[in-house]
Amino acid sequence: MKNSSSEYEAIIGLEIHAQLLTQSKLFCSCGTNFGEPPNSQVCPICLGHPGVLPVLNEKAVELAIRVALAASTTIRKESIFARKNYFYPDLPKSYQISQYEKPLAENGILEAEVDGEARTIGLKRIHLEEDAGKSFHPEKDEDEQFTFVDLNRCGVPLIEIVTEPDIRSPKEAHSYLLSLKQLLEFLEVCDGNMEKGSLRCDANVSVRLKGEREMGTKSEIKNINSFKGVEKGLSFEIERQIELLKRGERVKQETLLWDPVKEVCLPMRSKEEAHDYRYFPEPDLLPLVISGEMVEEIRKGLPELPNERRKRFIRQYGLPQHDAWLLTSVRSLADYYEAVVSECGDAKTASNWIMTEVLRIVSEKAGDISSCPISSHSLSELILLLKDGTISGKIAKTVFEEMAKTGKGPRSIVEEKGFVQVTDEEQIREFILCVLKENQEIVTEYLGGKSKSFTFLVGQTMKLSKGMANPELVNRILREELSKP
Amino acid sequence: MNEDIHYLPAHSIRELLKSRNIGAEDVVGASARRIGKFDCRVRAYLSAITEQAISAARAIDRGSVSASDGLLSGVPVAVKNNICTKGIETNCASRILEGYIPPYDSTAVQRLKAAGAILIGKTNLDEFGMGSSTENSAFFPTRNPWNLDKVPGGSSGGSAAAVSAGMATVALGSDTGGSVRQPAGFTNLFGLKPTYGAVSRYGLVAFASSLDQIGIFSRDIEDCATVFNLISGYDPMDSTSSTLTRPVSMEEIKKGLDGVKFGIPESFLEEGVNEEVSSCFEKAVSALESLGARAERIELPNLKYSVASYYLVANAEASSNLARYDGIRYGKRAAHYSDISDMYDKTRTEGFGREVKRRIMLGTYALSSGYYDEYYLRAQKVRTLIKADFEAAFKKVNAVLMPTSPTPPFGFGEKLVDPLSMYLSDIFTLAVNLSGIPSISFPSGFSAEGLPVGTQAIGPSFSEELIFRIAYNFSEKCGFHNKRPELEKQFK
Repeated sequence: MKNSSSEYEAIIGLEIHAQLLTQSKLFCSCGTNFGEPPNSQVCPICLGHPGVLPVLNEKAVELAIRVALAASTTIRKESIFARKNYFYPDLPKSYQISQYEKPLAENGILEAEVDGEARTIGLKRIHLEEDAGKSFHPEKDEDEQFTFVDLNRCGVPLIEIVTEPDIRSPKEAHSYLLSLKQLLEFLEVCDGNMEKGSLRCDANVSVRLKGEREMGTKSEIKNINSFKGVEKGLSFEIERQIELLKRGERVKQETLLWDPVKEVCLPMRSKEEAHDYRYFPEPDLLPLVISGEMVEEIRKGLPELPNERRKRFIRQYGLPQHDAWLLTSVRSLADYYEAVVSECGDAKTASNWIMTEVLRIVSEKAGDISSCPISSHSLSELILLLKDGTISGKIAKTVFEEMAKTGKGPRSIVEEKGFVQVTDEEQIREFILCVLKENQEIVTEYLGGKSKSFTFLVGQTMKLSKGMANPELVNRILREELSKP
Repeated sequence: MNEDIHYLPAHSIRELLKSRNIGAEDVVGASARRIGKFDCRVRAYLSAITEQAISAARAIDRGSVSASDGLLSGVPVAVKNNICTKGIETNCASRILEGYIPPYDSTAVQRLKAAGAILIGKTNLDEFGMGSSTENSAFFPTRNPWNLDKVPGGSSGGSAAAVSAGMATVALGSDTGGSVRQPAGFTNLFGLKPTYGAVSRYGLVAFASSLDQIGIFSRDIEDCATVFNLISGYDPMDSTSSTLTRPVSMEEIKKGLDGVKFGIPESFLEEGVNEEVSSCFEKAVSALESLGARAERIELPNLKYSVASYYLVANAEASSNLARYDGIRYGKRAAHYSDISDMYDKTRTEGFGREVKRRIMLGTYALSSGYYDEYYLRAQKVRTLIKADFEAAFKKVNAVLMPTSPTPPFGFGEKLVDPLSMYLSDIFTLAVNLSGIPSISFPSGFSAEGLPVGTQAIGPSFSEELIFRIAYNFSEKCGFHNKRPELEKQFK
């Protein structure tokens, strides 16, 4: 935001839809795989045929409770499914089964890191609901008059997580969404893939003069499907609202769509014409009753959560804050790190390698740690080879690149290529004597007081040894030789 | 006796089949012949599949299907056209579902077929079950076999007429506010509305989900009990189906009525009951007392709000249940339209009948924001009070007795002009659906015109055995159920 931000502040709340990692849909046994041919994962139930009834998927309930527990919410003993009625071509029953007045869980918190600091944001509610289908319009001219409907997504289980309006900047919204994604992945509840739509975000935003107590009129940005979109969309909208207020105009309550190509928010429909959803309790489902035992059972099965794990990394491995945040950002990455440390025993070296080299090659491949060609075992072996002096740091980098390229273990690469570090003092002394003989002028300069020349001589020795001489030995022996009369 | 095969009860058919005195083809053929002869006027069936039924019967006779040992082996069964049957059109007597062929069988039909029952046709109804006379069918009205100028009742009038006229042995209907009991009363049959949750609703096209229940038409109690035992019981496909249902036993049902106490809500009955109905009811009470049962006056003070509460709850749910008929995936779509909302408009304008539209409008209004608390929510609160009335009554008496309908069968068009008078014809049946409890209507006499009059026995949840017992003992003594309509005479 520009300088106008000093007078105004933004009030942001997020509604996040996360697809639960179940085998089957929320109310029938159809599969939930992404990318299957259109309408190949459907049955009379998810198609809303006359006479069919929904039967609740217990696994979805369990996954939702995992999130509810991790976010310290209060879980209702009895939550109620409701019908949200509206007409849309890709909504077969013309209503969506969701939770309304009595959601699964309420009043929780979530921690996020903003500029290296932990911030707590309130969670209003978490509820279960089914997804709708997808309509698309082909670009070919002759098909222009048609709308195609794919109902594979229909009935896919979602949780909706609604925050309190506690977020104050687009950057904070971004961080919050990232933390939530991490949490969902840690819990193995959602794969967090925004491109595939398994994580979607709507944002409510209003602005007001700083110090004012009353909220401004809000607008809602729908269906943001990238982290960039959250930040850019909110920035755009906040700036727009501030401009309006500055000109003395009023903000209209409306629903906007973020256009990621043009990078603008466009109005979808004005809230005045919005649907009256006519919610009422779903008569085809009994109230969802959750017993204390069930909650305890699920609690016992919870993994260590990102926050706990982060704190433990700092405590147990003596890592700096920054390392701990980064390494716990994704569960599989944290697992990878711990596997490396347990084998090589050097927490900080492991962290350095992972944060720089490993994440670099992973991001080059645009994948995650699971696509990394270097196993945790190979990396810890490399660190051990380095520690016991078999190879130098420089060679280690070369070996690492080879490992990334071929997927081979470090030992076999070192042996194959003869990368073993030269620690034989006599051998090193021979290299040095050779270098001294060839660079008599430099030696004279050095002896004359030009200390920089020493580095040059070390470099020449390393070059002669093809980088395999142990640099510490080179330093020591070179000094010895130079101090000889 | 061959002349009367079409009126044989299922248990007799089973015995005759076992002793090989007749074949399933004879049984199904007898019903099929009745359909051929009389259904051109009665019009009980929207679609009779007699040829298919006869070949299914032949398969049983050849012993080529395992169903030959089933309790309903070779028994021709009619099914209301709002209960899904795989591969056979199920249109709810609505233009909007014309041509819809379900890809699955409802659980009840599945269970009947597994017992050897033969589906002989899909019967007419008030569109989507909305009405009390079967005049609201989008295709044609059904006539009462007892007097072709009278309605057979509704909304399951087709099923009632089919069984009453000997065009099926038993039939399935659905009862949302009396839609099985009232037509059973109008056609001299037994009509059961089971406890909510006793019979799976899977495959019953929803009208008002919290009130709908598949019900049974039969000419005697034993058939009703057999069908009930077959179709009831927990169904994993219906979350609201109960695990508490137990089969009823004929042995228990045949026990006398000694010690049975039933209550009569006299002050509720004072409101506009026809004299002939009233007199039949009084005689029925005396007959039951003579069998050892004891009658007691009781108060059900909130039952007078049944009609108001019912029409809010039922229509609210209906407005949501019927929203899926939008012309997108199946059924009718308007031929010409300009855009998507125009398509919705025209499809629904052309596809739904007057009564259905009226109820969708009322239900949508009752649920809309700003009116929800005043209408839907308040109706639900009244519903709770009505339920509590029954619960209190069942602490004092075993069952409640009421006429099934305030009048004998009425003439065509008589109530069509005034929807409210039509709604009031269900005044004695609605409270049972609102409370989720079971009730059976049994034949209990005739008007001066010779039209059937029914009485209903209402019991607490899962007391089907008890209410069967009341209906059975009464019928054994009085025998009204043995009388048949004189169709041949009317056809001269």
